[in-house]
Amino acid sequence: MELVTPGIGLIVWQAVAFIIVLLILRAFAWNPIMSALRTREGLIEDSLKAAENAKAEMEQVKLDNEYLLQEAKIERDKLLQEASVIANKIKEDAKKETSVITDKMIADAKSSIESEKKAALAEVKNLVAELSLEISEKLLREKLSDDKSQKALIDKFLKEVKVN
Amino acid sequence: MGVSLRKIIGLAGLFCLLTFAGLNTTFAAEKAGGEGEAFSPGDMITHHITDDYVWHFFDGHYGTLYLPVILYTDNGLEVFSSSNFYDEHHEKVAYGNYMIDHGHIKTLDGASVLDFSITKNVASMLVSIFLMLLVFLSIAKTYKKNPGEAPRGMQSFFEPIILFIKDEIAIPNIGEKKYKKFLPFLLTLFFFIWFNNLLGLMPGGANLTGNISVTFVLAFIVLIVTLASSGKAYWQHIFAMPGVPKPILLILIPIELIGILTKPFSLMVRLFANITAGHIIILSLLSLIFIFESVWIAPASVAFSIFMNFLELFVALLQAYIFTLLSAMYFGAAVEEAHH
Repeated sequence: MELVTPGIGLIVWQAVAFIIVLLILRAFAWNPIMSALRTREGLIEDSLKAAENAKAEMEQVKLDNEYLLQEAKIERDKLLQEASVIANKIKEDAKKETSVITDKMIADAKSSIESEKKAALAEVKNLVAELSLEISEKLLREKLSDDKSQKALIDKFLKEVKVN
Repeated sequence: MGVSLRKIIGLAGLFCLLTFAGLNTTFAAEKAGGEGEAFSPGDMITHHITDDYVWHFFDGHYGTLYLPVILYTDNGLEVFSSSNFYDEHHEKVAYGNYMIDHGHIKTLDGASVLDFSITKNVASMLVSIFLMLLVFLSIAKTYKKNPGEAPRGMQSFFEPIILFIKDEIAIPNIGEKKYKKFLPFLLTLFFFIWFNNLLGLMPGGANLTGNISVTFVLAFIVLIVTLASSGKAYWQHIFAMPGVPKPILLILIPIELIGILTKPFSLMVRLFANITAGHIIILSLLSLIFIFESVWIAPASVAFSIFMNFLELFVALLQAYIFTLLSAMYFGAAVEEAHH
């Protein structure tokens, strides 16, 4: 029975002591500890967030770099393609120009040949005319005795002239 | 791990041996004083688990600490040493108008007296309070000195426990919004019970948390805090339980009203009974040696009491946890907001 009978002395001491300890610890231990823990929690959270952000930024930078690289590759390919097109065009143009020039040269040559030929022919004609005049002069001077033979001779000359 | 386990077992063994040695001297003293009286385990155990006016560590001239007696009588306050109650043969004698009868101070002429003595339990409580202040004030200082740094030393031992009480006991049971008001009380309660449970297991330690006065005060404070912080929803649950027909309320209201008191009452009895029972079991196991009057029973007795000591170390923590958890639940019910 003694075991379960509360004693007034211990009750009073226990109540007073417990409340004093509670007040002291609340003011000088629990509250400072809790605020310190909160501060640290915040610090850790911030650091984690900062690390996360840095990671995301790195990722972004990497992506950007990759994008730039890709972009550069595309640009290069485009430039190469354009260059080859231009080169081809230049080649093509050069070829065309050459053929035009050669055609013109050929044409020129042809026309000059033609004119030379015409000139030569004209000269030949003049020569033939002169010759025929000379011949007719000779015929007129030397052998105008026989009309018949004269006529035959003229025909013969004319035939020769026509051939040329 | 192996090394530390061996260390713990070694310590526990030493611990039991000391308890055993202390017990032995007690028996010797009782036998010498009792002039061949038979050994009574009941008396011995009662003596060990109840309060006392002296703190007995070992036999001999300096083995006993005589604590001050403080009495409030009709003549005012009287303070004197409890050594006055003992003669040179360590026999109980009367001092003035007072004498110790069945562990309590009585007056010879039957006048009423209020006893505020610094008994063994009060002294032990003061030691535990000193320890608590020493530990937690120094921890708080470390927190202030190294803000934002990782815990070190004692700090790293207590921080998980403090966080456990905050995150696993206070917040889930009381709620994120209102737990802060109760947290200092819950922390003090938990560490007070735990420290004193452990001190009670020390050789020569007092059975403070196994004393009904102490558990009564703790439970009473829980009751006062619960009632003082109770809101509308708490009383609504008692007087007008939502969804219950009126006639049944006639039965329910008295039950709920009794429930206000039975909750702290259960707290009081649970802690008292668990701690006292643990002490009784260990003492009984060791008493077996003296009951059988054979040294051959000692190995079994000591082995069992080592096992019990381990169990008690666990119970010390468990009971502190349960007391704190249930207190938090009662506070949670008191501050709960209506959600029907």
